[in-house]
Amino acid sequence: MLTLRKSRTQGGEAVPGRRSWLSPRAAKTWRRELEAYLFVGPFLVLFLLFIVVPVVVAIYLSFTYFNTIQPPKFIGLQNYVNLITQDSEFLMYVLPNTLEFSVLVGPGGYILSFWLAWLLAQIPRKSRTFLTLAIYSPALTASVAMSVVWLVVFSGDATGYLNSFLMRLGIIHQPVQWVQSPHWLMPIMIVVSLWNSMGVGFLAMLAGILNVNQELYDAGYMDGVKNRLQEVWYITIPSMKPQMLFGAVMAIVGTFNAGMIGVQLSGANPTPQDAGQTIIAHIYDYGFIRYEMGYASAISVVLLLIVYGLSRFAWRLFGERE
Amino acid sequence: MSRYFGNRVNPDRFAPSQLKFYAVLIVLAVFLVLPIVFIFSQALKPINELFLFPPEFLVQHPTMENFVNLFKQTSVTAIPMSRYLFNSIIVTGLVVVLTSLLSSMAGYALSKMEFKLKRLIFEANIIALMFVPAAVGIPMYFIMVKLGLTNNILGNVIPLLAVPVNVFLVKQFVDQVPDALVEAAFIDGASHFQVFQKIILPMIRPAMATVAILAFQSAWNNTDTSTLYINNESLKTFAYYMGTLASNVGNQVAGQGIAAAAALIMFLPNLLIFIFMQRRVIDTMAHSGLK
Repeated sequence: MLTLRKSRTQGGEAVPGRRSWLSPRAAKTWRRELEAYLFVGPFLVLFLLFIVVPVVVAIYLSFTYFNTIQPPKFIGLQNYVNLITQDSEFLMYVLPNTLEFSVLVGPGGYILSFWLAWLLAQIPRKSRTFLTLAIYSPALTASVAMSVVWLVVFSGDATGYLNSFLMRLGIIHQPVQWVQSPHWLMPIMIVVSLWNSMGVGFLAMLAGILNVNQELYDAGYMDGVKNRLQEVWYITIPSMKPQMLFGAVMAIVGTFNAGMIGVQLSGANPTPQDAGQTIIAHIYDYGFIRYEMGYASAISVVLLLIVYGLSRFAWRLFGERE
Repeated sequence: MSRYFGNRVNPDRFAPSQLKFYAVLIVLAVFLVLPIVFIFSQALKPINELFLFPPEFLVQHPTMENFVNLFKQTSVTAIPMSRYLFNSIIVTGLVVVLTSLLSSMAGYALSKMEFKLKRLIFEANIIALMFVPAAVGIPMYFIMVKLGLTNNILGNVIPLLAVPVNVFLVKQFVDQVPDALVEAAFIDGASHFQVFQKIILPMIRPAMATVAILAFQSAWNNTDTSTLYINNESLKTFAYYMGTLASNVGNQVAGQGIAAAAALIMFLPNLLIFIFMQRRVIDTMAHSGLK
């Protein structure tokens, strides 16, 4: 880059008699900046508008009472205080549900993705291509399209496919109201989300495993790597830390984004007896159903902080800087 | 004492020792594909098979009946299904083209150009990888109102364009293009636009393909913008319409077949595009690491 800048400066100064109120050097810098913003500008504007501003507005609204009819009224930390002292729904259901859902779907989906990617790396290219497609295909489906499948499969009467199947096997004798049942909704949400969890992070980890230098393995065997588990632990994972981190961040974000699945499955927000109420569903419940936007924003801010904190934790595990 | 030698990763050919991997993979792959097979099967079932009790998983006598009915059907507000499909095609097309363009330009600038806020923007973009869009639905709604994008077909497009992951993937890929190559072009008098167009774009095709696929999925599968920002029924997307069909599934069995047919129309383009571009996606992902 250094040589590049030098050559361009010389080119600029070679234009004689060019008058400007800026010194030639400052003009050069200005042109360079301007040119860069021609490239990055359009993205930057949208990035500010649809990512930075919403977060800033959410933080602002979280300190207000706002019912969308009257202008927001500043109430300090009241929303946060209410969240941890008054909102029994949040404390009794939403928080434990979110914890259960994210612990199983987040790390669960992440480990599953890595394991499948690792298995795929052990077979030749042709069959790998085919099986990768099969394993990635759930990520290609839209949740709205899949709701058709889940609704029919988990339908609560005897014509539901799961009920009919289990009754034929004699495992159950009465049809189960799967998605309306407080007992079954959460397990179903977890299974459906795990089914869907082999996404971009999975592809990144697959590419990462395939790109580990074979010489590292050879050196590892010399140094006494005794089995596959050691091979994965001492060679594969350390040599693909950047992909492991990318996969982890995608898993964390994906898990919290998937929180509406309970509402989609049961068709109700709040979900039956709050059984599938996760933090995202709680935000939508307060924001778009009860119109308590200030309070909902406070929950959003808490959620963003949780995601950020968890990602930092992943960074600690796999990051190469800091 | 014998030393342990593992199988080679990424083997060239089949060996019997790989059978155990195949066994696990095939069992899991079947489990993962099953719900998708179910969409196909359900979409092709004639009405009497949809009513069948006890229900059969696979279709016995496939028919196109459901697709014919789907195309004949209009929504409760008398908007024909083709209108939603048309909207989706326009919206998806715009999102794919614009996102690819924005992401590649930003990725190039962040990788090969020098400017003051470069580091800051890149860092902000990395932090934004952790952004959960669903968390800020409320402020987003007000921004959309302020920008006049509610009740506007562009309301389905513009919120989907700034995707940190896409810029990140392109930037990582442009990093692989040797600086010397770019510098040589500058010495020959090329401008940034020429370098971008003639050197960078052809070299980052895998990354562009990946971004295009991700953009396609986000737009084609997206119901949120139609639900939250668009009131005018004739501007909503096919995915949204699909959602209304799905919510009727419980009420009428006949709706099941139509909804499944629509689900299949939702799914097939995603699948086809991914099949064509799989290699490029994997190539891009090799550079996706976060450091």
